[in-house]
Amino acid sequence: MIAELGHLALVMALMMALLQAGFPLAGAAGGVPLWMAVARGAGRAQCFFLLAAFGCLAASFALNDFSVAYVAQHSNSALPLYYRLSAVWGGHEGSMLLWATILGLWTLAVTIFSRSLTEDFVARVLGVMGLVSIGILLFILLTSNPFERLAVPPADGNDLNPLLQDFGMTIHPPMLYMGYVGLSVAFSFAVAALLSGSLDAAWARWSRPWTLVAWTFLTAGITLGSWWAYYELGWGGWWFWDPVENASFMPWLVATALIHSLAVTEKRGAFKAWTVLLAIFAFSLSLLGTFLVRSGVLTSVHAFATDPARGLFILVLLGVVIGGSLMLYGLRAPAVRDNARYELVSRENLLLLNNVLLVTAAGSILLGTLYPLVVDALGLGKISVGPPYFDAVFAPVMAPVFLLAGTGLLFPWRSASLTAIARRTRWLALLSVTAGIVTMAVFWNLRDIKTFATITLAIWLVATAGYTLWSRVRLREHWLAGLRSQSRGVYGMTLAHAGLAVVLIGIALSGCYTVEKTVRLAPSETVTIGDYAFTFRGTTRVEGPNYTASQGEFAVRSGTREVILKPEKRAYRVQRNTMTEAAIDPGLTRDLYVALGEPMDNGAWSVRLYYKPFIRWIWLGGLCMALGGVLAASDKRYRVAARQKAALSAAPSSATA
Amino acid sequence: MRLTFLIPLVVFVLMVVLLGVGLTLNPREVPSPFIGKPAPAFSVPQLHAPDEALTSEVFRGQVSLLNVWASWCVSCRQEHPLLVELAKTDRVPIYGLNYKDERNAALEWLARLGNPYRSSAFDADGRIGIDWGVYGVPETFVIDRKGIIRHKFTGPLTREAIDDILLPLVQQLKGEPG
Amino acid sequence: MKRSVRACLLVLCCGCVPVASATEIRTFKDTTEQLRYEQLVEELRCLVCQNQSLADSDADLARDLRDEVYQIIRSGKSDEEAVQFLVERYGDFVLYRPPVKPMTWLLWLGPFLALAGGLLFIRSRTRQHAATRSPELNAAERERLRQLEGDTRK
Repeated sequence: MIAELGHLALVMALMMALLQAGFPLAGAAGGVPLWMAVARGAGRAQCFFLLAAFGCLAASFALNDFSVAYVAQHSNSALPLYYRLSAVWGGHEGSMLLWATILGLWTLAVTIFSRSLTEDFVARVLGVMGLVSIGILLFILLTSNPFERLAVPPADGNDLNPLLQDFGMTIHPPMLYMGYVGLSVAFSFAVAALLSGSLDAAWARWSRPWTLVAWTFLTAGITLGSWWAYYELGWGGWWFWDPVENASFMPWLVATALIHSLAVTEKRGAFKAWTVLLAIFAFSLSLLGTFLVRSGVLTSVHAFATDPARGLFILVLLGVVIGGSLMLYGLRAPAVRDNARYELVSRENLLLLNNVLLVTAAGSILLGTLYPLVVDALGLGKISVGPPYFDAVFAPVMAPVFLLAGTGLLFPWRSASLTAIARRTRWLALLSVTAGIVTMAVFWNLRDIKTFATITLAIWLVATAGYTLWSRVRLREHWLAGLRSQSRGVYGMTLAHAGLAVVLIGIALSGCYTVEKTVRLAPSETVTIGDYAFTFRGTTRVEGPNYTASQGEFAVRSGTREVILKPEKRAYRVQRNTMTEAAIDPGLTRDLYVALGEPMDNGAWSVRLYYKPFIRWIWLGGLCMALGGVLAASDKRYRVAARQKAALSAAPSSATA
Repeated sequence: MRLTFLIPLVVFVLMVVLLGVGLTLNPREVPSPFIGKPAPAFSVPQLHAPDEALTSEVFRGQVSLLNVWASWCVSCRQEHPLLVELAKTDRVPIYGLNYKDERNAALEWLARLGNPYRSSAFDADGRIGIDWGVYGVPETFVIDRKGIIRHKFTGPLTREAIDDILLPLVQQLKGEPG
Repeated sequence: MKRSVRACLLVLCCGCVPVASATEIRTFKDTTEQLRYEQLVEELRCLVCQNQSLADSDADLARDLRDEVYQIIRSGKSDEEAVQFLVERYGDFVLYRPPVKPMTWLLWLGPFLALAGGLLFIRSRTRQHAATRSPELNAAERERLRQLEGDTRK
């Protein structure tokens, strides 16, 4: 019964999406206020029905209704309630429903926080979001219905993949989807602006907070995913250039470019066409990521829904949404007037350079991801493009980004002098190089140029970001007044750039100075890494709710401090999977990481031990960037904009400036 | 100038076409670099006669198949009846490469399900498998009179694969001068 | 399984089980040799669990191939010989670092061509804009922004 209600709710949501797209878009085109007024109501109703459908699926999981095929595939009565609920998005159908539901939530948000926009603009934005929603809901209903019943329900379910039975994996998908789908708002704003022809600074002002919030979720989601991979996959890696990771990283890079480009469009009215294109790109890459993951065109262990029918459906959807918006762009963008004047060296061009670099980086990842497919499609054989390629291409393209990110505000709009900026920052450059050398000396490795360069870049980035803030603060007579006079946007930017530096430091130091040992350890044997002595105390059998584990006990001693680490090797009863649960002693300057390998004779085990310096900084930096996004999105001027009702309609009346 | 704004659309359309073609391809199948090259040499004990060696010389002078199999391999079981049937027609000799198996288990398996092989090489540690670029059992190689590998099937053979690809190829190879 | 099993949705391919693998205990002549071995198995792709390197895969074949690479390195042969050994048997597919040949020129040069194109784009736009003389935000736009900000700005 619950499942049928859920199914019904999905169908109702589709109806609402049809209303939300049809009437408002037609109304906006034909100037019919009554039709446009449908947008908000339909959007809210759609969100309601999606939440209802989602609730029904969650209830089916909570009640162990194994007559629902999806529940039977991804849950088990022995699975704790908490994981039964997160199992809602543990498979293909449910995660598509999560996607749709989150789109519903974003739609709801737009209906609420859009009072400052004109009616026809709101109608167009919500109409475009409705179109996207129609596509996704059709996809779910026609190819991936999570509410399908089994003719013969099994006694118990297949259980959730053990890798997903974890806190990080519980919140990672919703976060990531909030980001992916959030980019649909910026996309809809862009398409609405193209449709209405009102592509101006005000449009950029409205788009910015939405893009920032989506970017923040995306940043947090990627950071969480990386953290999860680190502790859950049992060997301490944190980024793999896997197609699925790339699918989330490409929209992030383009969204980052979009944030910067929107700033120029808002402040200077420049790059309008380019900014619109970026907004289209960012969401297109989110959709493309979905296609790549779901269609099975790429080998990825994640591509579990390798169903050609689904792949074809998403491809058509992709063609309609992206192709349609690019077509619209091709027709409307040439008419966009872009009058800003600026010199070669100016903040405008600095930000445009940032855009070119970020988009090139995203493009390289796309190229690397699709190249094997292209070669294969042309019948030229099979090749692989993996981490060595991405590392080799990504680093040189991104290096200038790190070099320039901190200096942004030192470049005035219109025209800047490189020599003046060089003079102002020369001491910072010296400081950065010195800091790089000192760091290398501390770790006793002066030969590794890559690490040296990364550290120097990171210090330079944080120093220039700090200096830029300070140079603005000191314009006031008192520094406190100066600090208070800075907007949250400036603080957000500084924090995000500093966060980037923190990530870089984490990457460089953990990459270069990690110590790894794979050893055979019998009970009471000790192995040392640096100052740390790991003593193996044997294993015990531990019974979990749906698994049996061998739990090792390691005493790690350093000076007088001793910690006990208990890594596990779990055998999940239903899925018949073995999982390594690493034990980690986390620290700001180093992690100690122990993972059990295979049992050997006489109670001995092969064991992997890691000493990973500064690895936590990678996620700490990601967190700083996300916080920076929150700060910037909460900037006063966006809230003011929201309160100024119908400012746009009043705009053309009195031009005093 | 107007046309430059259509470049993204053109690039995207190209990409969609390629992705569409990509949908029809199997990403897991890796072509063998051995096609057109001589069969890698080996000389190992036979499964049924541990004291006698089976060598790659056996492929010379006749069109033959080498089927890589193991008793632990689920999909080998799936294709096995087809191989037995094919062996009965006597249209092409089939040799086996018993890959990373236990001798008793393998013998028992053949005794139970029938033995389509003229002879099976016993590759206990999988070294020959590596030399032949085996990555997923079962695999089937088609070898011509000169001992050159002409085709490789990865994964279980199906009736269609045998009738539409394998047998016509064997027929064609038989017509080639030795 | 490590390397690729990420993100929210996954189902495991044939026989690949998510465990920390590659826990063979190996001895090397020196750390240089060890680093060579570790880097090699990182850059070679497992044919069974296709989205993992040899280093990360727990598949039986990956284990065997690691052994082969280990033997080759230990016997004093070069990295190229080890790579050659695998490419002869499995083709370019095993290389996570695609070899530079006409077929991959676009792959390797593409990003840098795009970058060069982008820089030219910046240059051409700048000229164009330095030449125009009209105000960057037109009066109406400025007025709209002013209204959006209300009276909060002094």
